[in-house]
Amino acid sequence: MTDHLTTADHDTIAAELDALREEIMSGLGERDASYIHRVIRWQRGLEITGRALLLASSLPPAWVAGTATLAVAKILENMEIGHNVMHGQWDWMRDPKIHSTTWEWDNVSPAEQWKHSHNFVHHTFTNILGKDNDVGYGILRVAPEQRWRPANLPQPLYNLLLAMFFEYGVAVHDLEIDKIRTGRADEEVTRAKLREIGRKIRRQWGKDYLAFPLLSGPQFVSTLAANFTANVARNVWAHMIIFCGHFPGDVEVFEEERLDGETQGEWYVRQILGSANITGGPLFHLMTGNLSHQIEHHLFPDMPSNRYAEIAPRVRALCEKYELPYHTGSLTRQVTSTWKKIVRYALP
Amino acid sequence: MISTARRPGAAHRIAAATRLLTTPLLPEDYLGLVNPLWSAVDLRGRVEAVRHEAPGAATLVIKPGRAWRGHRPGQWVRVGVDIGGVRHWRTFSLSSPPRRDGRITVTVKAAREGFVSAHLVNVIRPGAILRLAPADGEFTLPTPLPQKLLFITAGSGITPVMAMLRHLTAGAADIAVVHSDRTAGDVIFGAELRGMAGLRLHERHTSTRGRLEPAELPEICPDWAERETWACGPGEMLDDLTAFWAAAGAEERLRVERFRTVLQGGGEGGRVTFARSGVEVDADGSTPLLVAGENAGALLPSGCRMGICHGCVGRLCSGKVRDLRTGRVHGDEGEIVQTCVSAAAGPVEIDL
Repeated sequence: MTDHLTTADHDTIAAELDALREEIMSGLGERDASYIHRVIRWQRGLEITGRALLLASSLPPAWVAGTATLAVAKILENMEIGHNVMHGQWDWMRDPKIHSTTWEWDNVSPAEQWKHSHNFVHHTFTNILGKDNDVGYGILRVAPEQRWRPANLPQPLYNLLLAMFFEYGVAVHDLEIDKIRTGRADEEVTRAKLREIGRKIRRQWGKDYLAFPLLSGPQFVSTLAANFTANVARNVWAHMIIFCGHFPGDVEVFEEERLDGETQGEWYVRQILGSANITGGPLFHLMTGNLSHQIEHHLFPDMPSNRYAEIAPRVRALCEKYELPYHTGSLTRQVTSTWKKIVRYALP
Repeated sequence: MISTARRPGAAHRIAAATRLLTTPLLPEDYLGLVNPLWSAVDLRGRVEAVRHEAPGAATLVIKPGRAWRGHRPGQWVRVGVDIGGVRHWRTFSLSSPPRRDGRITVTVKAAREGFVSAHLVNVIRPGAILRLAPADGEFTLPTPLPQKLLFITAGSGITPVMAMLRHLTAGAADIAVVHSDRTAGDVIFGAELRGMAGLRLHERHTSTRGRLEPAELPEICPDWAERETWACGPGEMLDDLTAFWAAAGAEERLRVERFRTVLQGGGEGGRVTFARSGVEVDADGSTPLLVAGENAGALLPSGCRMGICHGCVGRLCSGKVRDLRTGRVHGDEGEIVQTCVSAAAGPVEIDL
């Protein structure tokens, strides 16, 4: 797919993208800081509203409104705030309260482990088979290059379950199940990670399935159900957006050999070939944590997310100039395409 | 995110229960939406007034948040202010004694190249929220109070001394102040100093009479060597005074306060100290700190090694670094830097 590009082409691509990054990063300021402060204020306001409504969760309208509000708050917290803060997108503000080294998110996956499996492994080795565990999350076959096993047959069902309980899938991600299975993992490290995940799950469950239900008194069960529903809704949404980022249509996967002597330009090109965007309006982009600009995010993972929409036309123009595909499509199209793959590759 | 200090009793239990509801955040992360000063963990202050004090100098009246533990006159406070979305920390002397209304003041002189001090003097408006660190410093009054005191100050060196002078009740002691500034109009707190009861003030205007030499002191204040003395001003002046007091065998009666200067510029490469690892190494201007440290045997966190994953970051204790991707030299005390894409620009100490 990139045979038409020479070494010199790759070098100019790297130079152009480096310059774009520098232009945006050196222009960060008040406007960007007030953006993230505003999103955080809104998110916390929505969360309080949702929790307050659910104190009357026995009334169906309050249950519906409270659950929906809480789900939106949780989506914003995980995607536009948590994911992006932990990427270091807001580290430049030097605010220890909004910093990749201190942030912990409303998700059963501990921040430290997520940062390793996501920021380092996934973003460095994007779509390299056998290196990037996000390719099929260790349980799905999403490319013909992956060996078929009979266990792949029920994978549409697995994917549905993964969607509903996505945060648990993310939590065990850094354990690298593959390595544990083949005995290549340090047992002590695995045990420490499991303990940390256990602690995080206890805190998350304590809040959503014990403390807030208890606060709502006799409505314990309906509040618990509401919180569970909000968590599942957040999980399904996050799973859908994230799967649309790397699996639809012609998005490519790569063999490990590609890494040998890979230049900065080749790395950039791999990010472009291995990612896909989703079209939509500003509110949609916000609710996806701007992962609807997956290509831009993969080129510049630590660029503040509010800037992706601004650079997208320029990245797209660069792709056209160098005859590189710029994968993008509507949510419906990307979701359909992703599911088609998961069904297709369930079979040999 | 960070748990609070343990406090016994019911209040502690209630706080713990509330944290259960707000995990992974703290209750105050939500309360802060209503009033940022309610935080018990993150020390903040609200600017209530900005008073012009002298040319290029202003006093900020600050209402500190719940977590403020008070201060002694003469101490300093670190102030964090967001400018262009970025937090900057600087140290200022508190110019107020402890006040009944709980307010504190810092008096800031806009330094020629200091854009933080310029922001505090010229831009900041009442209502702004500042970050604070607990008051600190040993440049304070002893108890019991000595009978005879001497203060020698120059320029903004008057600020910590002002807190002490305001704290000393008139007539409680024999107080002499020798203050230097360019002209009478430049003197910060000039009018208040000149009107203070029970205080002997000697003003030195350096634009007409030149710098004060220690040898002139016996003439200005004959019993200088018997007085407990506090001195604050430019480094050179303090060096001269220290030598003068030492020569008279009176050094135990002299206390000096040096304003720390921020290291500027930075060269190519330099000595890199990894504080936690206890490793020191000379690195050139093109080697990432990460590589320099690893080669010297430090066990450092690392990740992508290309500046995208933020897995290698460390807190900068001092010095400047060069971003190898852009060539930009940056670095401020407490800044978090990516060691895989940063090289030393002069001597660097990093908390890794």
